[in-house]
Amino acid sequence: MSTRKLLLGDEALALGAINAGLSGAYAYPGTPSTEILEYVQSNAVAREREIHSHWSSNEKTALEEALGMSFCGKRSMVSMKHVGLNVAADPFVNSSMTGTNGGMLVISADDPSMHSSQNEQDSRFYADFAIMPILEPSTQQEAYDMASYGFELSERLKVPVMVRMVTRLAHSRSVVEVAEHAVPENRLRFPDNPRQWVLMPGNSRVRYRQLLEDRKRMEEEAEHSSFNSLALGNDRRIGILVSGIAANYINECFPDGSPFTVLKISQYPLPVNLVSRLADACDEIFVVEEGQPVIERAMRGLLDRGLKVRGKLDGVLPLTGELTPDNVAAGLARLVPDMAGKLLAEIPDPSRIVVSRPPALCQGCGHRDVYAALNAVLDASPTAKVFGDIGCYTLGWLAPFNAIDTCVDMGASITMAKGAADAGLRPAVAIIGDSTFTHSGMTGLLDAVNENTPMTVIISDNLTTGMTGGQDSQGTGKLEDICLGLGADAAHVRTIDSLPKNFEDMKALFAEEFAYEGLSVIVSRRECIQTARRHAKGKKQ
Amino acid sequence: MKSDIILAGVGGQGILSIATILGAAALADNLHLKQAEVHGMSQRGGDVMSCLRISSSPISSDLIPRGKADMIVSLEPMEALRYIQWLKPEGWVVTNTTPFVNIPDYPEEQEIMDALGACERTVAFDMDTVAKDVATVRASNMVLLGAAAPFVGIPYEKIEDGIRTVFQSKGEKVIESNLAAFRAGLARSRAVSSI
Repeated sequence: MSTRKLLLGDEALALGAINAGLSGAYAYPGTPSTEILEYVQSNAVAREREIHSHWSSNEKTALEEALGMSFCGKRSMVSMKHVGLNVAADPFVNSSMTGTNGGMLVISADDPSMHSSQNEQDSRFYADFAIMPILEPSTQQEAYDMASYGFELSERLKVPVMVRMVTRLAHSRSVVEVAEHAVPENRLRFPDNPRQWVLMPGNSRVRYRQLLEDRKRMEEEAEHSSFNSLALGNDRRIGILVSGIAANYINECFPDGSPFTVLKISQYPLPVNLVSRLADACDEIFVVEEGQPVIERAMRGLLDRGLKVRGKLDGVLPLTGELTPDNVAAGLARLVPDMAGKLLAEIPDPSRIVVSRPPALCQGCGHRDVYAALNAVLDASPTAKVFGDIGCYTLGWLAPFNAIDTCVDMGASITMAKGAADAGLRPAVAIIGDSTFTHSGMTGLLDAVNENTPMTVIISDNLTTGMTGGQDSQGTGKLEDICLGLGADAAHVRTIDSLPKNFEDMKALFAEEFAYEGLSVIVSRRECIQTARRHAKGKKQ
Repeated sequence: MKSDIILAGVGGQGILSIATILGAAALADNLHLKQAEVHGMSQRGGDVMSCLRISSSPISSDLIPRGKADMIVSLEPMEALRYIQWLKPEGWVVTNTTPFVNIPDYPEEQEIMDALGACERTVAFDMDTVAKDVATVRASNMVLLGAAAPFVGIPYEKIEDGIRTVFQSKGEKVIESNLAAFRAGLARSRAVSSI
């Protein structure tokens, strides 16, 4: 029996996993992947079954936890945004070496157009070199269906399966047919190949040969997958190789069906026979894929002297930013100009009076008070640099604060401030949020503790993971203890409430610690205004 | 039927509730639907937009192509203009006229009104005031939903059911206040558009 539900792509994937006997979900929040674990947390079946759904400290710990659950024979999933996969890269690549026991899904959500990210990296590269199958849903329904299929595939091939999401699917809702009941979870059962889980060189060499051999089976699965499909057309001028949600844009261009042969790929490794049949059916291949030109590069090869391939690398489609129905239609119109009239709509001129409206820190946000005090103190130190980090407080780079000089990756504020202090910079200031600190800041702080590096770390603690919508933060109530435990000098671990009335006290505290020739940590604390409002409402009801 | 709607506003204004209600109504009416939105950084007081597509036949793209939207529905007048390239020639602009000024270079209000006036089919009025009169100012998004309702292609009763479904957990008083705002927006819109 099935029922219809209105679900985000993220939610469809999560519900698909729950209904397929999921035993544990692991994640660190990151746009556009956050709603996957949130859905598991809010789902009645998941709660009743006590399916694990607590947030992890970072993507690396989350992936390892999911792998441990798979080791025990249970079905697990781990979800993250694309740059989170960088953090989890070590266990990710090695998880195809250990292989899996219970089915395991690694969900990586890419953010082409950088709606809420620092780059446009494409997760498919990682799966390629880790030797792992990829599922790339094109619709919310496929996202739902692929969870169950992915677990089975993972258990058949004995490796984790990557599910690649992108913003426009993760955050788009549609009606999804879902099962009314969840199948039972797997029973606890240990791997029948225990040597493979100990990646010492002797074992790894054996395993790596096997993994290379297994890649053929992965490709064989993709050849016969119902998620990959070849639809022959009559017009030979082009053949279209389309992957994931790009398929929707091609369908949008041809509401009555494509006159060209279309090969839709939603399961990798690329099935060579299917691609070969596409090549036989056309004079040139138009590759339409969301993200970086992963398929297109493979098609062209190094010398690019074979088949005629069109796509992002020759400018038919833009190389940066996400695909849209508009740029896909424009690309098609370039390749088949006689269809331009049908493909391209009349587009009104843009309004010339509209100005940009960048996001800003909320009124009543404690980060504002930190930046106000910081700027007031550093006005007197023109050589000072402030190393920022990833979170709402990155908005401190914008006017009116213009308060930070760098933002690179999770935790880099502390370690870059250390490198700068080592280079002779005074004062060297790091500003980092509480959740980012426990994600990737603690190890860097230990480096600074060990050398008593003259720098100041401000942990702007809002008691939540704010930017992604207010998820629990792993360090709440423990930050000072963590810093002291890492060996920071108690005399220079200071705490203040970041409130407007404390402006003068904050200034004095900052000035005092900036002048200290050693490591200081200042925890400036005030609950996020968004979660505070929610908590107040919750109490009222 | 087919209705491609651009929902626009400023982060935090409540355009996503409009999408949720129309989504519930479309689901109950057995229609196909896709609704794309962006979460994360842009929600902090920046411009936000959502593509809502409702149709009696399957929908391909989650995004609405430029020049193809049947309607722009906006809680803020400049934000309505931001997406004017999406509007098809005979499309409607339904917008609140109360500006949300959180940037230093916000254009002159008159310029915005002139540009909106130049659109052929526009329903524009001060929805904050209408909301205040019949409910609370926070219900201005329901006034907007009411103002857009004549052009959506879903029966009013189904949209009202959607409002009841979405606000169910908040109690009868909240439901009634949102319904009042919806009806006030609908009445005003039908008067000015003569539909």
